[in-house]
Amino acid sequence: MFLEAFKLTLPVLFGYLPLGMAFGLLFQNLDVPWWLASLTSLFVYAGAAQFLAIGLLAAQATPIELFVATFLINLRHIFFGFSFLKRYTFSWLPKGYLIFGLTDETYSVLTAHHPKQPEKDKYLCLWVTALNHSYWVLGSTLGALLGSTFALNTQGFEFTLVALFAVLTLEQAYALKEPFPFWVALGCGCIALLVAPQHMLLIALTLALGIFILTARYHKETSS
Amino acid sequence: MIQTCVIALGVMAVATFLTRVLPFVALSKFKHHPTLLFIGKNLPGAAMLLLVMYALKGTEFNEVPYGLHELLSVGVVIGLHVWQRNSLLSIGVGTACYVYLIQSQWLVRIWTSCM
Repeated sequence: MFLEAFKLTLPVLFGYLPLGMAFGLLFQNLDVPWWLASLTSLFVYAGAAQFLAIGLLAAQATPIELFVATFLINLRHIFFGFSFLKRYTFSWLPKGYLIFGLTDETYSVLTAHHPKQPEKDKYLCLWVTALNHSYWVLGSTLGALLGSTFALNTQGFEFTLVALFAVLTLEQAYALKEPFPFWVALGCGCIALLVAPQHMLLIALTLALGIFILTARYHKETSS
Repeated sequence: MIQTCVIALGVMAVATFLTRVLPFVALSKFKHHPTLLFIGKNLPGAAMLLLVMYALKGTEFNEVPYGLHELLSVGVVIGLHVWQRNSLLSIGVGTACYVYLIQSQWLVRIWTSCM
């Protein structure tokens, strides 16, 4: 199970390591010990929000400002739970950890891979979540420790995440066998990009959710 | 600064966890509702395509090479995946293609030498 999860999360490793390192490196600009970058990645575990926080901390933002900014930038995660309500029925400890670790990438990998046996599924979910989490913490720690002395040029490696999302879009298309959700996404995505590119994901997901709620009844009637 | 950072860390950890746990707290009673099942089935596909668009939204289409680095590499990923359907192969080769293009600036050099 570990090996299967490792194989599934390999693209995330190549995305999280350079991104985590960039975070660790930038975090050192705050003149703090290296382990604070590791702790932040261990307990917050939200890429975009952590990058934003560096700027906010440098500008001496209050904890309330940090709370609001983090909450808003991560609000898109609210939509991810919808696909796991029935699947995450474990006891509170593993369930709590799985919910804590539900990043864009973990969501992507797990919605594309769903073993039928509950016991197998539980361990796959846990390994995938824990491995992704460890890559992020490892990257941040390396970035903070090695700092600017690190010479390896990792420019472009973050493209693994784009490639991962593209591959999983295709896998979702093969599994769903209908173009409907993709047309919805394309339309909502373009509208959101035109209206407010900064909040593109949140706006587009809200629009898409609205369309799914409105059309759920119609689809049920036509499929039955 | 250490104290400020630790407080910040705690505040951010709570805010992040809240966004992830809210649907589980608010909707646990309705997990068998047909509308929620419909959403749970269709949202991943829509979200995945939106994540591709989101991850590429910083692409600069107005200057050389007009987003070709990204378009070519995504093309390689999709082409390979439709052909071989091997995730690691598609992602690995697609990323290698992007890293090469962006680090060598090969297209930009060709473009400028032709102009």
